[in-house]
Amino acid sequence: MVATDAEAHATSDPEAAWHQRFDSAPIEIEVNDLTIRYGETTVLRGVNLDIRKNEIFGIIGPANSGKTSLLKALNRMDMFTPGMNVQGRIRINGCDIQTVKNVYALRRSIGVVFPLPVGLPLTVFENVAFAPRLGGVKDQAELDIIVERCLRRAALWDEVKDRLDSLGSFLSGGQQQRLTIARALSQDPNILILDEFSIAVDPVTTMRIEDVLKELRKEMTILLVTNLVQQARRLADRTAFFLNGECVEIGMTECLFTRPVLDQRTKDYIEGRCG
Amino acid sequence: MNPVEFAPRSFQRNRDWYIDHVVQGVVFIAGISAIVFIVGIFIFITKEGMGFVLEHVTFRDVFGSMYWEPSDEDAPDYGILALVAGTASVSGLAMIVAIPFSLGAAIFIAEFSSGATRESLKVLIELLAAIPSVVWGFIGLSILNPLIMRLFDVPVGLNVLNAGLILGLMAAPIMTSIAEDALKAVPDRYREAAEAMGATKWQVTFRVVLPAAKNGLLGAVLLGVGRGFGETMAVLMATGHSVNMPDSVFDSVRALTATIAAELGETARGSDHYGALFAIGIFLFMITFVINLSADLIVRGVKNS
Repeated sequence: MVATDAEAHATSDPEAAWHQRFDSAPIEIEVNDLTIRYGETTVLRGVNLDIRKNEIFGIIGPANSGKTSLLKALNRMDMFTPGMNVQGRIRINGCDIQTVKNVYALRRSIGVVFPLPVGLPLTVFENVAFAPRLGGVKDQAELDIIVERCLRRAALWDEVKDRLDSLGSFLSGGQQQRLTIARALSQDPNILILDEFSIAVDPVTTMRIEDVLKELRKEMTILLVTNLVQQARRLADRTAFFLNGECVEIGMTECLFTRPVLDQRTKDYIEGRCG
Repeated sequence: MNPVEFAPRSFQRNRDWYIDHVVQGVVFIAGISAIVFIVGIFIFITKEGMGFVLEHVTFRDVFGSMYWEPSDEDAPDYGILALVAGTASVSGLAMIVAIPFSLGAAIFIAEFSSGATRESLKVLIELLAAIPSVVWGFIGLSILNPLIMRLFDVPVGLNVLNAGLILGLMAAPIMTSIAEDALKAVPDRYREAAEAMGATKWQVTFRVVLPAAKNGLLGAVLLGVGRGFGETMAVLMATGHSVNMPDSVFDSVRALTATIAAELGETARGSDHYGALFAIGIFLFMITFVINLSADLIVRGVKNS
């Protein structure tokens, strides 16, 4: 039984609200005892977490806390990073991703938005049509429909509908970031990963993208890595605090802000005394 | 209150000032020397060849005839059509050999190999590019020649096929090197983004990297073509050096460059034959100039965009 947003927020107790919404939800991502090393350097130590279906899971923490390495391990991008060694088990939708047969299909089920917008050196249209084409969609009419739908959902359609044929790199920074979100959506992902997406985006555009994410949560699980503590508070159902390769604490987001936390370091970070 | 006293400062020109100006002068001369040389060479070959072109032959004599008999005392012929055909056929075949080889090698080195493989391949290709052309000519003469005679059962192994293969192998390393630079100039974030979307390595290469690098790759090909037109020694040794409009790859031909190299030593300075060879020089100069210039403009286009 999944309650709507409004119902959840109406409940005064955030912890109860979370349980009401997600106790019956299946586990989408399960991370067990994950350790990541680059050569001699350990960047992530014994991380355990589980993310429920349709949850927005926030990860906060300063630089070098291992957040991006975790994301890389999730869609098996570690294969392309020489020297990156992943130990432990990650299961997505119940499948151990280390033994998954087709890693490309796994990646297609996970949309990733990078910190700085990466417009492929293609037109706006081709940027969004890229993943469907990889998936074998050849029919132009079908591609048109997919591209329009994804651009609409990323709140970009009205701004670019007249220049779908110009290069994606000619868009402004905020538009490019929404373009990468549209592109991630074109994969029809189960999981959307956002790695500090607002780092190069103005506050107004950031709020527009946040509104988009609130809509998307109905259809997919969202993993939101952010260095804006308040962004996690606005969006995330639960939030994990990472520090120096360690997952210090995981809690209901609202509880982290309003109730006593388990670890003093979490409190310091959230209140702006460190990091 | 005492005013602060500054040490007296000198604003005279000192040693650093003079060194700076001398260095600026020296690097300026080095820098513009390229312009001086190219203009000087152009003036030289024009002076030697233009008089002949203007006074003794018409456009038709040169480009309308396939007979090159400049040493005939009664009625010399200066038609370079056969020579142009020789150069063009050898260069064309060379590109057919070199383009797939060099682009394939560049793609492998830049996209599919890593670590020690990549580094050693790069060194080897640089080495290959440094082999003197006379050595390539020697290989054409002593290895390919008998091989072609035996394999295809033809009387002469020094022909378009031989020279084309040799020239293709010669041009491939430098083309590989430039093409690989063009591929490496494509930012890694494009590859990562495409890979994150589930593209396979080949899809990333074919759909993202190659389109992004296409200008640089075209520049690499054009430089290879330029090299093909300008190469002398290897083609002289491997073409068979007989004036001939080629009907097939097994015909011997003669290249423009090889003609100059072989005949210039026998001509009297200032004679018609001498002038005719310099006229060929002007023609070659213009062709390679245009090819290199367009290659350069195309590669520059990559960097600007």
